[in-house]
Amino acid sequence: MSDRQQTSAKVADLIAPFNKKGVAVTEATRFAQDLEWDSLTVLDFVATVEDEFEVIITMNMQAEIETVGQLVDALGRLTA
Amino acid sequence: MTDLFSKFDDVIALRQGLLDSGHTDPFGLVMERVESPTVAICNGKRTILLGTYNYMGMTFDPEVVAAGKQALDEYGSGTTGSRVLNGTYAGHKAVEEALKDFYAMDHAMVFSTGYQANLGVISTMAGKDDYIILDIDSHASIYDGCALGNAQIVPFRHNDVEALDKRLKRLPPEAGKLVVLEGVYSMLGDIAPLKEMIAVSKAAGAMVLVDEAHSMGFIGEHGRGVAEAQGVIDDVDFIIGTFSKSVGTVGGFCVSNHPKFEILRLVCRPYVFTASLPPSVVATAATSIRKLMDSADKRAHLWENSKRLHAGLRQLGFQLGTDEPQSAIIAVIMPDLETGAAMWEALLNEGLYVNLARPPATPAGMTLLRCSLCALHTSEQVGEILGMFAAAGRATNCIS
Repeated sequence: MSDRQQTSAKVADLIAPFNKKGVAVTEATRFAQDLEWDSLTVLDFVATVEDEFEVIITMNMQAEIETVGQLVDALGRLTA
Repeated sequence: MTDLFSKFDDVIALRQGLLDSGHTDPFGLVMERVESPTVAICNGKRTILLGTYNYMGMTFDPEVVAAGKQALDEYGSGTTGSRVLNGTYAGHKAVEEALKDFYAMDHAMVFSTGYQANLGVISTMAGKDDYIILDIDSHASIYDGCALGNAQIVPFRHNDVEALDKRLKRLPPEAGKLVVLEGVYSMLGDIAPLKEMIAVSKAAGAMVLVDEAHSMGFIGEHGRGVAEAQGVIDDVDFIIGTFSKSVGTVGGFCVSNHPKFEILRLVCRPYVFTASLPPSVVATAATSIRKLMDSADKRAHLWENSKRLHAGLRQLGFQLGTDEPQSAIIAVIMPDLETGAAMWEALLNEGLYVNLARPPATPAGMTLLRCSLCALHTSEQVGEILGMFAAAGRATNCIS
């Protein structure tokens, strides 16, 4: 697996416990609209991702991340 | 054409649903008369107030009221000016002196509201390449202060020292950092582990701001707040507070020992570009703050009230926001908004006013009946309050 694939797989694992509606997740899945996460769920999820990858995803960066794919890309840059 | 109001349709529907179910609008209460810090007339009925922030009961203090009247006579109804132009009167300097004495700090700066104090200090202190690290349950004014500025915003899990520490260690060591904490979190009435949080913040080279809005006058030996109670007030760089709670009027402030603090008066936009507080308001605030310094007996009685209400509600079978009473706020957790509204209304019919709090103001999507006690609630009133909770709780099937 490439680094990106590994990151993508790990992100999918982290999304699962928060995916209460059982939405099928792809890289195009949007956190707010498709997963229907409210702002608190987003904060909780982001904290989990931050600790797993040992990075900081500031709220300023979060504003630019709408989809799962964009999160995987951002993690690629942060861990590079 | 798009109606710009359509973005509020969900909120309109939620509110309409609540009203259609036959409940009194919990956000439309009018107090027709106010008799004292603890009693008002609502819908023609005598109502005990258990949902104000009048923790120390200063709003009807004769000396406080007299000071306001005298200032109205001597200085008029308002300043019509910014603090940095024609809006600084003797009274504004006097209330800043009172704050410096109250907190034993070198500098005090008064804003027109507590909201503006957070907005101003947070947005001004943290610039573009700086980081603000804040508790995710922070008050709206703290988030809005972040939004007004252009710093990098890093939230961490509520009251989680390790989460704060980890994030501080991941940030560039040389970057400017402002850690923003609250003494008492106003929704559940829980306090922060400031001692541990400030220790990890200082170790990471961060400056620390603590909002002590809900602890002033009550918590700590001199009523300076949770940082005083935990013995770490000297390590706090900025304390933010308000006159609209224990002080009993309106206004906000920041106190600090930083030697360059006074420059904020020229560079802080929410301080500069608004009118200063009216002379009567700063006169009542200064008088009240000085009286709060010597209020140990009232603090002790308020703690008694808080402990008794907490124990009594728990005994009745209500689920509460904290295991132990940690402040003057006791939050009763409701299963949902519908039940919360029914219970709120049943309490009002009994003659008791509490706050109905719901998302997004509350953490984790909770509906809360938020009770805030006053040092002037008598022991008899606390007994009456518990009786009303018992009756309303049974009528709405919240308790058996």
